[in-house]
Amino acid sequence: MTAETSVLFDAPGPKARTRHLIIAVVGSLGILALLFLLVRALAAKGQFTAEKWSPFIDPVTWTSYLLPGLQATLVAAFFSIILAIICGILLGMGRLSQLKPVRVACGAFVEFFRSVPVLMMMLFAYYLFLFGFQISGEALPLLGVVAGLTFYNSSVIAELIRAGVGSLPNGQREAGLAIGLTPFATLRLVLLPQAITLMLPSIVSQLVVVLKDSALGFLILYPELVRSGQTLASLKGNLIPTFIVIAAIFIIINYLLSRLAQYVERRLQARKRGPKQPHLDTTMISPSLAPGGALAVPGQT
Amino acid sequence: MLQGLSELLAEYDVLAAFWMTIKLTVAAAIGALVLGTIVAIMRVSPVAVFRAAGTAYVTLVRNTPLTLIVFFCAFGFYITLQYRIGAQNSPIDIQNFRWGVLGLAIYHAAFVAEALRSGINTVPQGQAEAARAIGLDFTATLSKVVLPQAFRGAIAPLGNVLIALTKNTTVVATIGVAEASYLMKGMIEFRPDLIYIIFGIMAAGFVILTLPLGILFTSLSRRLAVKR
Repeated sequence: MTAETSVLFDAPGPKARTRHLIIAVVGSLGILALLFLLVRALAAKGQFTAEKWSPFIDPVTWTSYLLPGLQATLVAAFFSIILAIICGILLGMGRLSQLKPVRVACGAFVEFFRSVPVLMMMLFAYYLFLFGFQISGEALPLLGVVAGLTFYNSSVIAELIRAGVGSLPNGQREAGLAIGLTPFATLRLVLLPQAITLMLPSIVSQLVVVLKDSALGFLILYPELVRSGQTLASLKGNLIPTFIVIAAIFIIINYLLSRLAQYVERRLQARKRGPKQPHLDTTMISPSLAPGGALAVPGQT
Repeated sequence: MLQGLSELLAEYDVLAAFWMTIKLTVAAAIGALVLGTIVAIMRVSPVAVFRAAGTAYVTLVRNTPLTLIVFFCAFGFYITLQYRIGAQNSPIDIQNFRWGVLGLAIYHAAFVAEALRSGINTVPQGQAEAARAIGLDFTATLSKVVLPQAFRGAIAPLGNVLIALTKNTTVVATIGVAEASYLMKGMIEFRPDLIYIIFGIMAAGFVILTLPLGILFTSLSRRLAVKR
């Protein structure tokens, strides 16, 4: 265990070790009892019968429902994160601009879209494309999901960029100006590349948020993993097993992404470049939680 | 535009929808705070089993979409398994509300636990060492010395969780609880010509709800921060 937690208690002596052992046994029994009750309740309602789970051995279940659903989720997340990174960098640069109108406009945009729920932006975008632009057909839900996620996540990434630039030593900017670069060129050529590198772990964590939020596309009929799972479940009558499988898929992918973010962070720290980066835990942010409030606080939700 | 606005406000009960959002937020926030504190304590406990269980909870819940957790509660436990929270004969919208709150509380408890853990990390080691030096055991060290300071150090991240929770209550629209985004969907479907005004009203509602929260928690975290 880590140093900051171990300081809460002494290294256990013989008596404490016995006590901890007893607590551990009682505690594990308690946790196991809770799990057992849950499993028994599910089993009593017939959720563990072969009939409920056998669809997952059937390749058709995967090729017709789960994999297309996963693909739809990944496609939406991919387009959203790419667009959000592009818009986020532009907005972040706008917030750092020398021109006050640009700064104020970008600031208002970022603050507004950070305080509006993603689901509302998705609904708005969906109906705007439908009624305003007369778009219909298969592309419509995807457009709605990507637009909603992009609005929200570009504001988050803009804040990450701003925090990243803010954490660079002042000498970087001064050096850029001293060799005759304009403020904009200093930002573009000196500060931004470093800020983006610093913020890379947070940007990877943001992908977890995007993936989770893409499940909101359910409400605008986007055939992502949760909706295609529900279609499957209503066909086979195995809602709970299907949700368990879908949750497992999400957990595995997102866990691997979080590990990737940690790995990138360690790699960057090993390079010992610049100040220790303020890693903003954006996974907490989304409706996943993403936060309002000061981004300067790690663990924003 | 003003005419459209007054028509909408006359026809739809926007305040009732936001009142539902507030009720969901408060109920889920209390649940998440209680559950999250328990998980945070487990994560720093001397007993390895508890630490592992706390970590497992946070890892599993954080990586699952909130939508899925809410569905699990509403469609899984309530509709499929016929479990009810509270009175057996309460109507379906009350049950949906309660299961929605439970789903929100389960999800945000993981983030509360993380916020508290970051708060515990702001407490200098000397505090816990001093507590142990005067003979307090783990429970007393944690409850009398470390946690009171940790809560104060965790106010800013906890505020962020609360703001996120406020916005995330919209997710229970997917199980038909009549809160703000549910109303917005209905409004746009009936009056697509007023889509900009509708989005404007609803977005303004959330700005009004979350902006003061952000300011409040920022000032609280400054005023209550333990001076070191």
